[in-house]
Amino acid sequence: MNYFLKRILEIIPVLLIITFIVFTLVFIAGDPVALLLPEDATTEDIAALQAALGLDDPFYVQYGRYVMNMLQGDFGTSFRYGEDAMLLVFERLPATLELAIASILVAIMIAIPLGIWSATKKNSSIDLVATGAAVLGKAMPNFWLGIMLILIFSVTYSIFPVSGRGSFAHLILPAITLGTGIAAEMTRLIRSSMLETLGQDYIRTAKSKGLRTGIVVYKHAFRNTLVPVVTIIALQTSTLIGGTLITETVFAWPGIGQLLIQAVNNRDMAIVQACVMVIAFFVIVMNLIADFLYQLLDPRIRYK
Amino acid sequence: MPQPSIMQGPARKNSKLKRWLKLLFRSKTGTVGLVIVISIVIIAIFAPWLAPHEPNVIDPVNTHKPPVWMEGGDRENLLGTDNLGRDILSRIIYGSQISLLVGISSVVLAGIIGILVGLFTGYFGGFLDTFFMRLADSFLAIPNILLALVMLGVFGPGLFTLILVLGVTNWVQYARIIRGEVLSIKERDFVRAAKSIGVKHRNIIFSHLYPNVISSFIVVATLSVASTIILESSLSFLGLGIQPPQVSWGTILSDGRDYLATSWWLATFPGLAITITVLGIIFLGDWLRDILDPRSVK
Repeated sequence: MNYFLKRILEIIPVLLIITFIVFTLVFIAGDPVALLLPEDATTEDIAALQAALGLDDPFYVQYGRYVMNMLQGDFGTSFRYGEDAMLLVFERLPATLELAIASILVAIMIAIPLGIWSATKKNSSIDLVATGAAVLGKAMPNFWLGIMLILIFSVTYSIFPVSGRGSFAHLILPAITLGTGIAAEMTRLIRSSMLETLGQDYIRTAKSKGLRTGIVVYKHAFRNTLVPVVTIIALQTSTLIGGTLITETVFAWPGIGQLLIQAVNNRDMAIVQACVMVIAFFVIVMNLIADFLYQLLDPRIRYK
Repeated sequence: MPQPSIMQGPARKNSKLKRWLKLLFRSKTGTVGLVIVISIVIIAIFAPWLAPHEPNVIDPVNTHKPPVWMEGGDRENLLGTDNLGRDILSRIIYGSQISLLVGISSVVLAGIIGILVGLFTGYFGGFLDTFFMRLADSFLAIPNILLALVMLGVFGPGLFTLILVLGVTNWVQYARIIRGEVLSIKERDFVRAAKSIGVKHRNIIFSHLYPNVISSFIVVATLSVASTIILESSLSFLGLGIQPPQVSWGTILSDGRDYLATSWWLATFPGLAITITVLGIIFLGDWLRDILDPRSVK
């Protein structure tokens, strides 16, 4: 347990460094006063508003205030919407989570059968096709796959809606787009992990006992393959969230990604900061969970 | 029985090259990868001579012309034209320049930062190591594309910023790999021997450690040129990367996205170009891993 306490404590400097990186970027971006005031504002007006917002303080004072505010749950106010930035992010969070979870499900549904199949029939044509598909999935840009899916299933055949969120049908294309990208990496991992497990002595024992191949593969081998699979799902959070950012744009999915890209274009830095902090925190927590699950699922692993 | 080798420098080098080529042609995917990558490099270098048209010349009479094999298409524009009558093939040919330029130079930049950080933190350890590894953890907690988006939003889009931003966001993976290698190599006898006879730290790092870690860098770097090309096209697609009149595969795609219903070829071909290029680099990278890293198992 000591190890996890240490890991949890390590989050604090990491989060502090992230706030520093983000704040420095926002500081360089310059103050938003010019955007807030009408075009004919005088220099005095600008200076007055800067002073009122504390934007004329030195860097370290502003950074200190920023961290203190954040500790009290205040991530600033969006200049565009005039609302609490974190609240806006939380409003969009369910949509992004929905897409992310659906994509993981799609990835699991593709990767587990494909990975097991290609491992048990190593070097067969099935294996070649599966490995080939995995490489292709990695090589195809996600947003292009999304556009091609729209072209085929929405524009040409009108089976699924082009964009937006609402019904289950809206979810299918974005989830496939994002899910196949993750499935590519997952298939490769399950395959190599299965191959390793299948070479173990206990598998040979099970086989020599005369157990059916199906039982050996699923009961003995696959269960042990789950450890790396669970870990990779958690460790891919960063890739997954990166993917949602762009998939949301392609499908006009009203999640954090869309909010963030609009905010970057509008220089609405409060929202940008809030988005980055939420995403980073999420990634860190998922990595911790991955560590924890890894140990829970495989008792041989003990961290010092 | 093998003959004892008495070959001198150049001859031995030659045989090494031969051995590599032999290994390359034994791997079908490696050969395909090399052919694709060399072709793309040639296309990028000779773009002005290979492209049938100027990439930005507008032709209001010939807008939305389909590819040559479809009705209404002709040999003048093999892959058709876009909403402004620009030749898609020429735009894709010119786009290869941006993809390779951004892909390679940002990986080199990230590599320089990553190798230096990895070598020094791995060798010296201590506070420096702790600091940089926490910094690396922080970078890893922010998805690459997110950090790149924010930085491009702050510094403004464009070719130069894009290379810089992608370089700065990608150094972490190299630093961690190189550091890991250094940690194990610095305990080996030849490094200890060098230390014990008083070789300067700087010389140990650059003459003993660096040559031993560079091959793992090359493997990872090759593969990450591929992912950087995808990242570049994604950012350009979002409008925060390459700006017109420069042509990127991502921007051609984003232009074509609005005309899916009428002109499918606008969004299809640049995506194919990205996929083929990235596939070639992945194949080449996998082959490099096989020959450079003896520990990798097929």
